[in-house]
Amino acid sequence: MSGELFTLTYGSLVAQLLKDYENVDDVNRQLERMGYNIGMRLIEDFLARANPGRCYDLRDTADKIQQAFKLYLGVSPSIGSWNPGGDEFSIVLETNPMAEFVELPDHCLGLRYSNILAGIIRGACEMVQMEVMVWFIADQLKGDNVTEIRIKFVKRLEDAIPAVAEEAEVQSAVKPPSSTRASPCWSGFRTEDRDSQRPHCSAHRVE
Amino acid sequence: MTIYNLYIFDRDGQMLHYAEWVRKKQSGMSRSQVSPVDLREGYLTYCTNKYRLHLFETPSRIKFVLNTDAVATGIKELLHQIYTQVYVEYVVFNPMCPLSKPIESELFAARLDEVVRQSPAYASRPA
Repeated sequence: MSGELFTLTYGSLVAQLLKDYENVDDVNRQLERMGYNIGMRLIEDFLARANPGRCYDLRDTADKIQQAFKLYLGVSPSIGSWNPGGDEFSIVLETNPMAEFVELPDHCLGLRYSNILAGIIRGACEMVQMEVMVWFIADQLKGDNVTEIRIKFVKRLEDAIPAVAEEAEVQSAVKPPSSTRASPCWSGFRTEDRDSQRPHCSAHRVE
Repeated sequence: MTIYNLYIFDRDGQMLHYAEWVRKKQSGMSRSQVSPVDLREGYLTYCTNKYRLHLFETPSRIKFVLNTDAVATGIKELLHQIYTQVYVEYVVFNPMCPLSKPIESELFAARLDEVVRQSPAYASRPA
């Protein structure tokens, strides 16, 4: 499919958000959130199509993110600027396909136009048990030579499976299984929400 | 070769889907250890003298568990196909399908059935 159609569609999304929120910080936040929701699903397509397997260190992850950029945006960013601790790196885009045909007007200087990418990366990483922070440190739309996205590894997310699974079994022995299945688990955007919902969620299941 | 049933679990161990083709309630004596064939690929299998269980787990922790008779082959490929061609296409690509709730899409169930019935490992008669 033509990349231009995508670029223009994204452009109208950003324009619409600017109209709806009238505040660039809110638009930045919304874009990140939408990206997060996309990333949660996109990771499955990436795993299915590229079959990359699990990551064993962050350099491995960086390579796979590079691979994903190639697959979904048709660009090959370079990976670099590792910090001494090895838990932070940059993705450098010579050209940003999302920001083609774009010029930021003066009142939008605070806008992180491609912020959806930050959300996508965060959402996708979270689905493979990695909490990361993602932010832009250089943007061609703001006069920088390249577009640079910084990624910092925060922590590995642990599974909370065994306890919940046992409770579900106990419950399904006394109640019809549909009630077990329908019980809502987390659907929050942030991991803090998710963690704070967990105890409540499992307590609900034992009842 | 016969395919018995399939379970799909999400990352929290919640069951997303159950499908059944042939059900024979037999457990049998365990003949082998549950030993990972290749951890990197997330595939694991064990066998009793009555059936064989195959587990395929994606890096995103979605689990596909398929029970077959003890001699079925090519199941690893079938599970991968179920993930890429059925789960991803009919659940992940469907914005109306929540990812952490049991799957209600009929299209998904129909496509799953089709893929399993077309697989070489499927035979309508129990062995």
